[in-house]
Amino acid sequence: MGEESTETFDLNTLNDQELTEQVHDDLYNGLREEIVAATNIFLGRGWAPDKVLNDALVEGMRIVGIDFRDGILFVPEVLLAANAMKAGMEILRPLLAETGAEPIGKVVIGTVKGDIHDIGKNLVSMMLEGAGFEVINLGINNPVENYLAALEEHKPDILGMSALLTTTMPYMKVVIDTLKQKGLRDKYIVMVGGAPLNDDFAKAIGADAYCRDAAIAVETAKTLIAARRAAAH
Amino acid sequence: MAEGPEPLLVIACGALAREIVALKRLNGWSDMAVECLPPELHNRPERIPGAVQAAIRAARGRYERIFVAYADCGTGGMLDAMLASEGIARLPGAHCYEFFATSAAFAELSNAEPGTFYLTDFLVRHFERLVIQGLGLDRHPELLPEYFRNYRRLVYLVQSADAALSAAARAAAQRLGLAYEERHTGYGELASTLGQVATVAVASIGQRKETAAWRH
Repeated sequence: MGEESTETFDLNTLNDQELTEQVHDDLYNGLREEIVAATNIFLGRGWAPDKVLNDALVEGMRIVGIDFRDGILFVPEVLLAANAMKAGMEILRPLLAETGAEPIGKVVIGTVKGDIHDIGKNLVSMMLEGAGFEVINLGINNPVENYLAALEEHKPDILGMSALLTTTMPYMKVVIDTLKQKGLRDKYIVMVGGAPLNDDFAKAIGADAYCRDAAIAVETAKTLIAARRAAAH
Repeated sequence: MAEGPEPLLVIACGALAREIVALKRLNGWSDMAVECLPPELHNRPERIPGAVQAAIRAARGRYERIFVAYADCGTGGMLDAMLASEGIARLPGAHCYEFFATSAAFAELSNAEPGTFYLTDFLVRHFERLVIQGLGLDRHPELLPEYFRNYRRLVYLVQSADAALSAAARAAAQRLGLAYEERHTGYGELASTLGQVATVAVASIGQRKETAAWRH
């Protein structure tokens, strides 16, 4: 292994393939300014915003997610990577909106009542958005009334709930049971996530899926929406 | 004649070592052996069930009873599932914060302000290593708002009053940008639960001695 290079170089000198790989490396290392620069270079070369998003940013975060899952990267590194990706997304978001492309689905997501943890939930939101979903992020500490109001207002395909605490995760069942009581449960796909959760818990409370990380949340959302739409036809 | 198994082993989180040793000394629980696992597991709860199970299996046959001095500790029921399969009990509650404060008082604190960051004596003593370094804030202080922006206050649950620890806890709150509060909890449900466990073990020894005497 050589020493880490401190030499800076001009990203403009890289060809598209090299620059894409450089973005993956820079996301991995959480280099926000470099991601901003590379995003602008891609756009300057005529890349479509969704291509920049998918090939460079989303793919880079997918790699980060895999290494987090495997215990190679830890929360601080993932946070830095997410912040770097967010900077790229801020450039791309208005351009993506201009294209008028229909979102592939709509998601209402929030951390449950009594819980103020949102790092994982925000990462999931960003990755869903990156994958083409419209995401309505309700923030933290949401009582069931907040979820009901957002479902009524936004009519999403998916309800996502997050909890980091063993003491707050049972509240997800309160929300699902309320949906059942109101005859609304079958209108939505319910996905849950958070560090202390697992598949058994998701099944026990009547959710459709437990998502271990952001990448799995995106894949699960796509799969379940496709299945629901296929069943509707 | 071969010696029989020892009466009682408590497999504990390293964050409770000092408190359990103090309780042992205070109550004369001389038949209680204690084995501590690394407190760094506090930051990697998914590894707790496996580490505790390995310790249980290594101790099987050497002790008549084994008790686990962990709460759920963020394992989301995985620790309980493992302990059920091994037939072993643990401390009550979701976290050490809860059994130190007692369940009712902890629920009150959490409900009053969900954005509460808790410290115990152990976490104050090892704040730099477990919180600052554990969250990577030594290398990336710019992440502080990411971690703590939704927190409003730091509550130091005091097990053993110490002015230096109080000052350190107050400094920790200031560093994290949180309001500071202090609650004296003592050892809470750690003391009462271990007391019950030790009593059962002592009763078991007494019964064994009586049986041995009767046989002679």
